Amino acid sequence: MTSPKEEEKKPEKKKRPKIPRQAMPVQDPAVRIRNFNEVPYGYTEESAKLESIRCIQCKKPFCIDACPVRINIPGFIKKINEGDILEAARIIKKDNCLPAICGRVCPQEDQCERVCIVGKKDASVAIGRLERYVADYEAEHGKFEMPEMAPKTGRKVAVVGSGPGGLACAGELIKMGHDVTVFEALHKSGGVLVYGIPEFRLPKAIVQREVDYLAKLGVEFRMNFVVGKIRTVDDLIEKDGYEAVFLANGAGLPVFMNIPGENLNGVYSANEYLTRSNLMKAYKFPDYDTPITRWKNVAVIGGGNVAMDAVRTALRLGADNAYIIYRRSHNEMPARKEEIEHAEEEGIQFRMLTNPIRVLGDKDGWVRAIECIKMELGEPDESGRRRPVPIKGSEFEIEIDAVVMAIGSGSNPLVASSTPGLNVNKWGNIIVDSENTGRSSKKGVFAGGDIVTGAATVILAMGAGRNVAAAINEYLVYKAIGW
Amino acid sequence: MYEIAEKKVWSDEVPGVKEFKIKAPLIAEKHQAGQFVILRIDENGERIPLTIAHKDLRNGTINLLFQEVGKTTMDLGRLKKGDSIMDISGPLGTPTHVERYGTVVCIGGGIGVAPLHPIAQAMKGAGNNVISIIGVKTKNILIYEDLMNATSDELLITTDDGSYGHHGFVTDELKSLIDGERKIPIDLVVAIGPPIMMKMVCRVTEPYKIKTVVSLNTIMIDGTGMCGACRVSVDGKTRFVCVDGPEFDGHQVDFDEMMQRQRQYLKEEKIAVETCQRQCSR
Repeated sequence: MTSPKEEEKKPEKKKRPKIPRQAMPVQDPAVRIRNFNEVPYGYTEESAKLESIRCIQCKKPFCIDACPVRINIPGFIKKINEGDILEAARIIKKDNCLPAICGRVCPQEDQCERVCIVGKKDASVAIGRLERYVADYEAEHGKFEMPEMAPKTGRKVAVVGSGPGGLACAGELIKMGHDVTVFEALHKSGGVLVYGIPEFRLPKAIVQREVDYLAKLGVEFRMNFVVGKIRTVDDLIEKDGYEAVFLANGAGLPVFMNIPGENLNGVYSANEYLTRSNLMKAYKFPDYDTPITRWKNVAVIGGGNVAMDAVRTALRLGADNAYIIYRRSHNEMPARKEEIEHAEEEGIQFRMLTNPIRVLGDKDGWVRAIECIKMELGEPDESGRRRPVPIKGSEFEIEIDAVVMAIGSGSNPLVASSTPGLNVNKWGNIIVDSENTGRSSKKGVFAGGDIVTGAATVILAMGAGRNVAAAINEYLVYKAIGW
Repeated sequence: MYEIAEKKVWSDEVPGVKEFKIKAPLIAEKHQAGQFVILRIDENGERIPLTIAHKDLRNGTINLLFQEVGKTTMDLGRLKKGDSIMDISGPLGTPTHVERYGTVVCIGGGIGVAPLHPIAQAMKGAGNNVISIIGVKTKNILIYEDLMNATSDELLITTDDGSYGHHGFVTDELKSLIDGERKIPIDLVVAIGPPIMMKMVCRVTEPYKIKTVVSLNTIMIDGTGMCGACRVSVDGKTRFVCVDGPEFDGHQVDFDEMMQRQRQYLKEEKIAVETCQRQCSR
């Protein structure tokens, strides 16, 4: 009890009500492991409002600096607090054209939320969840608003790839008045957002909504268009009249471990496994024609977001035992914290400090087990993480029916190898003068996202798309950038 | 959407063999011998690879020939002239390496004759002496006899049941070319057909060190090297049929592994066909 005297002592110092970081309601793990519906439900109006109060509106907000696309974070949170959610959406959309997507898949704990001042003493403000709330509210309640469009320039730009980098770039270029065509190799646009990230983490309707929005702004989408085959980059420039080309074809090359038994039946790249399930909707087989085998015991190799997506897909397809096999320890797993937590809640079995050495098959060529070796952490390596070292004589087998390799993605050589004069590094990544301009070695050709950086995140690719759009505009209109 | 401009039924017996002429001018423009497309019939469809049998540049069309062996090809077979296919992606894969070798023997088994045709044409165009061998189970499912006749200096036909041409297998005719009375020096063999046929052809040519190119048809999804479903072992290394192939040095291909990998979805394929038949009979 405080005495009346004490209360009078500091009446002017506003006492903030202590509001805890608002939890986001999620589907019950026991239920969700048997469906593909989205796991978190998103904030309610009330929890969003409470969470917005937690933001202290810093004069010098670190969160903006830590955001790859520099969203005015305190600005939009203030609008949530004031109850003007559509205005909050406008503020976000100035810097991020895909908020419903980023609110769901950005690694906020490594970006904006990591530097949040509130987070120094308490849990940081849930910026990602608020972003998602605003985007979903806008999708439900907002009307289509034509953004400010520059007068038509008559200049044609080709965007190769319709993933986050390509979509972001196309969205900026169309607003700058250019004619934009997006060329997609698959039959649906969205790139990794549709073939890689599962429905339970990013509903495909949300991606389609963003694509539809760009189409309304006038972006032309060409599907089934494999640049390098049906048309080369040179064709686009010399024959089809495109004055600039943005290569955003992503990290579409599966990486295998090169261990014995990888071509046995039941060994998949994460790309194949996820593409079957997500893009081709094989989880709805036989309503959809593409098959996926519903294995009972599945091991996924790797510790990143793709590995989490694959292992949780295996579980939803009916696995009794779904394992993550990772050669380092829990702390080094590159996956988002939330994904790891969700996986743990769902009963994924983590086999840490374990490295596969071969896949074992039965007499008919089907996977029967995976042989692994135990690892221990040694000295830090070039990535700063402690290097895993095998423990001699610790080999053991895990009985499984299927293996999914989720140990990273390389750069697909299809575009680069068909484009003379385009320089790539030894990993096949396109070399650009800086990630801000994305200017490649070939005149008029820009690149950004995973094809430049190697496999990274949605938001980084999006940021690159935006930056390069500005550079392309400089090149086309002001000739401020040239070769 | 890609419109079916013409439909030809080669065989209505089970499994049926059908051919579409499809309007796809951009694909026709870029297509080279040996390349294929991936198609998806409709929103619920799967993506399947089919090799381009021939093209008509002036009319901007490509021809696709298929046998109704699974759910998707059965669905495809029910489409009529004027219907459309939702997605066609291509031309995919590395084109056939064509040069003047000398004498080239082109061997086609079953509907493998269709993808063989543009290759024989290209080989002939490059000034080669082209001897073609076509093998089918029985006369009724023989396709492209006229076309192959027109592009070959010599055409030999075999049937498993003796209903037409030589009674036997393509390998018999190949052996007699190499080692029979004529002892023809062969510079290159191109073989397309069922995996077991290609394997046997390679077994015949290997002792004579005759370079033998085979064209593989494996499980694929994207066809751009992204998924790795199509991987095969060639000379002990893992290669992707969709981008590194579809053609490889047959003497280096691990056919047994390839045939084992082709069996991965037999169970699901059966379910798909049964479900389809139940729904169609309703």
